[in-house]
Formats: sequence, structure tokens, C-alpha cells
Amino acid sequence: MLRFIISKLGVLIPTFLGVTLIAFSFIRMLPGDPIELLAGERGVSPERHAQLMADLGFDRPIWEQYFSFLWGILQGDFGVSFTSRTPVLEEFLTRFPATVELAGCAIIFAALIGLPAGIIAAVKRGSAFDHTLMGISLAGYSMPIFWWGLLLIILFSSPDMLGLTPVSGRLSALFWIDQDTGFMLIDAFVSDEKGAFKSAVSHLILPTIVLGTIPMAIIARQTRSAMLEVLGEDYVRTAKAKGLSPLRIVGVHALRNALITVITVIGLQVGVLLAGAILTETIFSWPGIGKWMIDSISRRDYFAVQGGIVLIASIVMTVNLLVDFMYGLINPRILHRR
Amino acid sequence: MSLLDIKNLSVEFQTAHGLFRAVDGVDLEIDQGEMVAIVGESGSGKSVSMLALMGLLPWTANITADRMLFDGIDLLSISKKERRQIIGKDISMIFQEPMTSLNPCFTVGYQIMEVIKEHLGGTKKELEKRAIELLGLVGIPAPETRLRAFPHQMSGGMNQRVMIAMMIACNPRLLIADEPTTALDVTIQAQILELLGELQKEKGMALVLITHDMGVVAETAEVVNVQYAGQQVERQDVVGLFDKPQHPYTYALLNALPERATSKRLPSIPGVVPGLLDRPTGCLFNPRCQFATDKCRKEAPDHASKVLCHYPLVDGKPTNNHPGVSASDVSVSGGAV
Repeated sequence: MLRFIISKLGVLIPTFLGVTLIAFSFIRMLPGDPIELLAGERGVSPERHAQLMADLGFDRPIWEQYFSFLWGILQGDFGVSFTSRTPVLEEFLTRFPATVELAGCAIIFAALIGLPAGIIAAVKRGSAFDHTLMGISLAGYSMPIFWWGLLLIILFSSPDMLGLTPVSGRLSALFWIDQDTGFMLIDAFVSDEKGAFKSAVSHLILPTIVLGTIPMAIIARQTRSAMLEVLGEDYVRTAKAKGLSPLRIVGVHALRNALITVITVIGLQVGVLLAGAILTETIFSWPGIGKWMIDSISRRDYFAVQGGIVLIASIVMTVNLLVDFMYGLINPRILHRR
Repeated sequence: MSLLDIKNLSVEFQTAHGLFRAVDGVDLEIDQGEMVAIVGESGSGKSVSMLALMGLLPWTANITADRMLFDGIDLLSISKKERRQIIGKDISMIFQEPMTSLNPCFTVGYQIMEVIKEHLGGTKKELEKRAIELLGLVGIPAPETRLRAFPHQMSGGMNQRVMIAMMIACNPRLLIADEPTTALDVTIQAQILELLGELQKEKGMALVLITHDMGVVAETAEVVNVQYAGQQVERQDVVGLFDKPQHPYTYALLNALPERATSKRLPSIPGVVPGLLDRPTGCLFNPRCQFATDKCRKEAPDHASKVLCHYPLVDGKPTNNHPGVSASDVSVSGGAV
């Protein structure tokens, strides 16, 4: 087990260094001068421009800038956004709960529907349910998010149609609650405001569906194919020969083996969703990190972008590491293999 | 009454090329404590007939029989749920590939305890005690520690012992062993067969041993069923079969034993078992039979007869007014081909 952990961590260090290099260099490759963007239409005098460049450290050699960025990260300092003048880490942490809340709900929604649907489709292979489900999941998989989000807003939120859910944001403007945890569901639940929790839930429904649609389709398809493969294995025949119930054969003997593939898929999707559901957050004006990154890039806020990307990448890597550990728990062969 | 009584069992599969009859009119009768071997080449429907008995064939299989009784229970008419209460408990089966037949995600202890819990119940302590007992019984050293081992941490032979322990856990009255030693190396093969023989005597189980190894048959079985292309061609007690084979296929199989070879090259039966698309008319064995006549090529022998042949052999010579065979026909299967 220890060797397993060490070998996994050993891979992470070069990956992390690669991410810092990419995050640092890519934003600098984009055309556009951050100082001029900051100054806006009034413009800025050449002297003031040089002064600001020196203040922000942009006059130093590029490698020196990189190493000071790296040195800062090692000390937990991700720099200060020069548009908002708040530390990047702080900005990230205030927005991250919103993204986690949305991504979490989306992945739960996707797994709760995709997993059982995939299992049933595999067990009832070739049935009408199987064909229908695969058709729907193909449609879900190829759905353009922007179009799908707007479609749902028109159908569910428009007062002329159903008018059931709010159009955007995380909470109705009627309520004012303390954001202690940053998770609106929790904050609204513990607040004294009546109806705040209901409002928070109703704001979450559409974004959850929109964000969860593609992962749901992927999970359903992957679960189905993984289960189909496993159901043909010899040990499933053994389980049948033991006289076990179909529920036990499918739910314990087959599913446990199929879960390796399914967990990988879910893990990858969690990574993707946490990295910021850029389109969904934009459609629903959801104040998460996806939207923050987009805004920071358009302002050429070098420090916010490079720090933000490194933070997001760290989270994705952590999730992948957890998935690796879960493999070992689900299938002991992976832990013991050397 | 026999423990198992199967009469005229047939299994058909619907395939893209039409109906394929994998098992064709097989009879099997086994008494309590008896040991029967089913012998035949690959593709002769040995496993399929037993999987049909267990109810383990996919839904594409169409199973018919005049009679399929286990201890007086009609296996054809009972529900799936009722069958589940019998298989794994009263009838159980060991498979060919021990390495893939155990679930890689669970410890061997869990997999043994699971089947006991399903059929007999018991507290965790009792189950564990019984599992340790079983592992000891099948000759696994240090059973207490092995209980927590995963299948991939053990050898093929050990896994087959675990498989046997699992399948005798509920004291079955009939154990089917489907080529239990094919995937193992020779020294281990002998040990496993010995173990099966001992357990059979000790527990008074009936044992069906599916094999293509005549040596195994000679050592272990009391009664032998010879199958070819899904049909049962001959059934005899083991001594009679080896001394006086009556079907040309049995005769040829025995001649192919290295111990019996007289020529320099090992004799073999030319050709292969017919598949879906190359079924001959008449007797299914006729293209490979050294005694085949025009009658054999046109008419199929009667299922009701004891030996499925127009000209049953006596002392290696065809009877029933066989017209005689030309020398060239004999040489085809005689040896130096």
C-alpha cells in the first residue's frame, strides 16, 4: 500500500511542475497588454506604464518571474489579482464552494440516473429499454450545452411557459443570508429566512440538469459496456452455479468488477466539472470559478489566471489520486500488482 | 429411483446460420454415490448438456427432454427460484478454468461463506469455522490465513481446491466436474483427481466427471458415457468400455491412447467434430469412421439402441452383416497416415 501511494505521488510532482509552466506561459502568450486593459479608454502615460510594469514585476527576466511564481506557490502564496487587489487564493476560495455545489449536484444527478440505467440496459441487453436508453444517451452526449441550457430556461423558467424555476443566480434577491460556508444549500438551510432553502434548491435544479446531462450519458454508456463485459466472465457463471439471486449476481459479483471502469469515468467527470463548468456557469450567471477564470482571462489578469489554473489543476490531480486509491479498494489485484 | 434421470436431452441454439443442435438425445442416469465419466472431443456437447442441467445456459438455448429428474424433482418444470435452491446446494459444478472462475474482487473466504450463507445460513462465526474446515478438507495449508487471500494470490491448483471447497460446502448429492484439471499442470492434475475421488467416497456424492482424457477415465470412473457431436454414442461400465468398445468412435479414441500405440507414430482420428455448417447426412461420425458404409452415409442410426451405430463392434470387428471394408479405408485411421 505504501509503495502504491509513493509511486502515485512520484508521478504527481512532474505533472504539477508542468502545469505551473503551462499556466505561467500560456496567459503571457496571449496578445494584449494587461496595464492598458487595466487603464481602460483613458490610456496611460509611458512613464506610468513603465512604473506599473516595474511594480508588478513584469520588467524582470521571464525565468525570474516564473521562479518567483513557483516560489510563491511553495509558500502558499498565489499572488494578488491586480484588477481586484485581493489575493488570488482568497478569490478562488470565495468562488470555489459555488462550483463544488453545482458540480457535486450534477455528478450525483448523473450517477444516480446513469449508473442504474446502464446496469439495467446491460442486464436487459437488446430490449426496448436498452435501445431507448442508448438512443437518449447518445442524444444527451451530443447536446450542445448552450442550446440545451437556453432550451430548458425557456421551457421551465419563462413566465409564458411553465414558469417554475428562476432564470439565474444562486438565491432569490428577496433573501439576505450570511454565507458562512459558501455552500448556498447549507447556508440557506441554517439561516432564519423562511423559504431561502427552497429558493436555493430551485436555483440549482436547471444548472444541475444542464451540467449533469453529458456526464449522465457518458456514465450510462460506460456502465452498460463495462457490465456487459463482466456479465460474460467465468466468475459470474460461478456465482450463478452457487444458486445466488440475480440481484446478488448483478449487484455484487458483476458490479464490483465493473465499478473500476465506472469509477474512472465518474472521477474524470468530477475533474472536468470542478475545473469550472464554464458554459453552464455563464448561462446561469453562476458565480463559480469557471466564470471567474473567463473574466480574468479577458482582463489579462496574469496572476489570477496562473494562480487559478494551478489551483484547479491541483484539485483535478487530487481527485484523480483519490480515484486511483479507490481502484485499490475495489479491486485488490491493482494494489498487489508489481 | 436414480438420483439423476435424464432421458433424451437436446439443446438447440438459434444462430445466425440457423438452428444448431449442440446436444442431441443424451441419456444420463446416476445413482447415489456413483461416478460417471462423460468423454468426448471438444465440441461434442459434454459441457453444454451439464450446463443445461444446471440451468446455466444463455437464454438463446432451447432445452428439451423427455425426462429430467433430480431426486424425483422435475427440473424442466420448476421455476427459476426453485432451481436456485437446488443448484449450489444439492447439485453443484466445478469448472475448467480455476483462475477465472473465482471472483477477483473478493477473498476466497468470502466466496465460500457466501454459498453456505445462501443455502444453509448461520452466524459469521459459524460460517468462518465451516470455511476453514472446508479449506482444510481440500488440502489447503494454513486455512485460517488463506481465508483472507484473494484468488490472484494463489496458484491455479490452489484456486481449483478453493473452487471444490466452495462447491462441496453445502454437501451436494451430485457434483459435476467439468474438465477440472485441463488448465492445471500434470502433477497437480493427479492431486485434484485424487481429491475428488476421496471426497466422493467420503461424502457418498454422485460425481459426473467431464473429460477428454481417457487416462483420467480409466483411473476414476465406474460408468462411462461417450459423446460425439452432441450425441451419446456408447454407454458402458469402465472395464467393459476399455476391454470391448462397441462404437467405432470409442474404439478409435482408445486406439489413440499413447499406451496402446503399436506403430511408430501416434494414431489419431482424422478430421474434426462436425460444426454447425458441415454436418454430414446419416451417422454423424461416418466421415471419420474406418468402417463407414453407404448405409452409414445415408441413414442415421436409431437413438433407442444401446450403441449408436449400424454395425456395433465386437472385438474390434463390425457386426450386423457389415459388407466389409477396403484396406485403404482402414489405413485412414489405422496409424501411419
